[in-house]
Amino acid sequence: MKVLSRWLLASVAVLAAGSASANDSILKNQANPNNWASQLGNYAGQRYSPLDQITTNNVKNLQVAWSFSTGVLRGHEGGPIVVGDVMYIHTPFPNKVFALDLNNPGRVIWKYESVQDPTVIPVMCCDTVNRGVAVADGKVFLAQADNTLVALDAKTGKELWKAKNGDHTKGETLTAAPLVVKDKVFVGISGGEFGVRGHLTAYDTNSGKMVWRAFSTGPDTDVKIDPSKTMMMGKPIGQKDLGVSTWPGEEWKRGGGTTWGWYTYDPDLNLIYYGTGNPGTWNPVQRAVDKDRNKSDNKWSMTIFARDPDTGEAKWVYQKTPFDEWDFDGVNENILADIPINGQQRKVLVNFDRNGFAYTLDRATGELLVAKKFDPTVNWATEVDMTTGRPKVVDKYSTFANGEDKNTTAVCPAALGTKDQQPASFSPDTGLFYVPTNHICMDYEPFSVSYTAGQAYVGSTVSMYPTPNSHGGMGNFIAWDAAQGKIVWSRPERFAVWSGALSTKGGVAYYGTLEGYLVAVDMKDGKELWRFKTPSGIIGNINTYTHNGKQYVAVLSGVGGWAGIGLAAGLTQESGAQAWHNAVHPGHAEGTGVATAGLGAVGAHQSLGEYTQLGGVLTVFHVPDQK
Amino acid sequence: MLTKRRFGLWTGILAVGFGTVVGFTALAEDAPVTPDGTPAYIVKDGQVDKGTYNGYRRFHATCHTCHGFDASGSSFAPNLTDSLKRLSYDDFKDVVVNGRQNQGATGDRVMPSFGLDPNIMEHLDDIYRYLKARADGALPGGRPQRLGG
Repeated sequence: MKVLSRWLLASVAVLAAGSASANDSILKNQANPNNWASQLGNYAGQRYSPLDQITTNNVKNLQVAWSFSTGVLRGHEGGPIVVGDVMYIHTPFPNKVFALDLNNPGRVIWKYESVQDPTVIPVMCCDTVNRGVAVADGKVFLAQADNTLVALDAKTGKELWKAKNGDHTKGETLTAAPLVVKDKVFVGISGGEFGVRGHLTAYDTNSGKMVWRAFSTGPDTDVKIDPSKTMMMGKPIGQKDLGVSTWPGEEWKRGGGTTWGWYTYDPDLNLIYYGTGNPGTWNPVQRAVDKDRNKSDNKWSMTIFARDPDTGEAKWVYQKTPFDEWDFDGVNENILADIPINGQQRKVLVNFDRNGFAYTLDRATGELLVAKKFDPTVNWATEVDMTTGRPKVVDKYSTFANGEDKNTTAVCPAALGTKDQQPASFSPDTGLFYVPTNHICMDYEPFSVSYTAGQAYVGSTVSMYPTPNSHGGMGNFIAWDAAQGKIVWSRPERFAVWSGALSTKGGVAYYGTLEGYLVAVDMKDGKELWRFKTPSGIIGNINTYTHNGKQYVAVLSGVGGWAGIGLAAGLTQESGAQAWHNAVHPGHAEGTGVATAGLGAVGAHQSLGEYTQLGGVLTVFHVPDQK
Repeated sequence: MLTKRRFGLWTGILAVGFGTVVGFTALAEDAPVTPDGTPAYIVKDGQVDKGTYNGYRRFHATCHTCHGFDASGSSFAPNLTDSLKRLSYDDFKDVVVNGRQNQGATGDRVMPSFGLDPNIMEHLDDIYRYLKARADGALPGGRPQRLGG
């Protein structure tokens, strides 16, 4: 452990003070920056490393140390875990897991491959992605597409236990990475486009037995809310069973609020944090009580929950988009950081929501401190009312106000959100957040839809295109000041930045692009320092670790996900984005190029398919020793 | 009659130019069919009959997540603007209702059964109209306009 920053020491101190062992093995692994112990780097979800061998000066010498094919096509989200001499990687369906020997790079110590019913595949709305494994207590936890949570022996890959978390014939699947806290492993549920009723569930890490389950909709007892205690905007909720009364009829039973994003944890406060997704059908008219938006919050969809991991009890809630009308699926990660706000050091939680607002909240109480647009072109709401916490919706962009069978146009952001699942990073060195974003708008036409278990429950068409009158690209990589609610710098990108970011003490931040580039930038000003084209588009998350005292950077390539399927194939000519047509399946490009005012040669590109093809590959980089 | 025969020959396309020839009733514009009863479509000055428009919407609420926007396919599932050149109306119905499982080059490819999904089954003819218009090259990608607004 050559490098031990003040941040790390501070974290260790906080964690140690944090009572009854968060999870001793994870805390120990996280405290050692030679590991990359969890998907988001640490419990706080910061995706920051105190390693500083690779710096702004020498990153230009970064090159491939070794690589490894996963043998699986489709979208590779999530990333490698490194503990000691072993790297654990995972794949999309059929959810293989490999333990790789870092002493003999790329050699497989063990491989796990489940047998899953292939009828799971078509109920995965947005590709057969999986966001990775968790490693704790000598076990590897994997949440399989077919709703099986499995614990493997980290040394041998042998199955220790399995638990069934859902039913794919009802449209339920698993894509999220599990989180381990103390003796519990938490898993969510996917299927927001299938009328699934979302929940978060805790299983015993030793036996696989379910300990508690908290639903996202329904009566308070199901949601584990106590309206006299659970806080919302600084005071107890008060009203009972809002998870029922803010829905028409029994619509809450197919009310979505799925939980497929990332989960974070504060050992000191003993709270886990996660977001719930879009409410049921995308047609808001069918979710309105008495045709009145004011009665129709559709709680607790689109909500940040802070829960006690031991009991599941909700300590506080904050609903970002009451009565969603745009599929601003509120599952994005909640990053925990301690930053000064108005001169006072605060324990905050920062959430870059799909809806285009970045929220800074007090993570102990849920008090809303800052809510600002992290893309200035966001137009569906003018601002967030800081007293009520509600967005001020612009009628012109309200798909509910415009009504069924009416095409609401030029809504920014698109349903993909200003940011989707791709996790951001926080650097305690700079106090800034480094955020991979989308820069895409949409037309949205809701219409009446019927519910059938296991079938899509959408009720809307969406056309997406690059944000008009902007730089012509579909993404940005930004640095964000969460205290001020301001963009510090912004780098335009040709495609949506769908890869999880990494920041480092070496002053270098990393992200991947859909074309497949791993990009290193100066955290100070966003200036590009280095890039390398990996074999396929990157929607995975970058990590860094050391082996034998040397720093490495690793990432999974493998284009896909919603970005790679729907988006890439789907942008229509309405704003000159026909170029994106057929993006992941070339040969049918009929476009004329993205309308562009910037980004250099972007206008010349025809489709993502001209840049990259499917293929899961791990690439590991290093700076070679000086000769 | 002449027009009708042509209509049949063109597998139900009533593309720009033909539209003005025939005095279609409002009903026909809602749900045109070929003489043998196969669902057909009308594309006139970039506008489509209501059935085809409905097919566009229903397709883009369910099918597009695998078959891509504009039915142009993805790495996940075939390009239907190709498939519908080969599949007959009966073949099409059979695959949608019963599903299909193939080993594709990109791993398992699975078409689920939509036989119990009213969002599909009640609009099967309209989805066919839309896909056939796409496959015949009568309709470009993107959101079509409804005839008569």
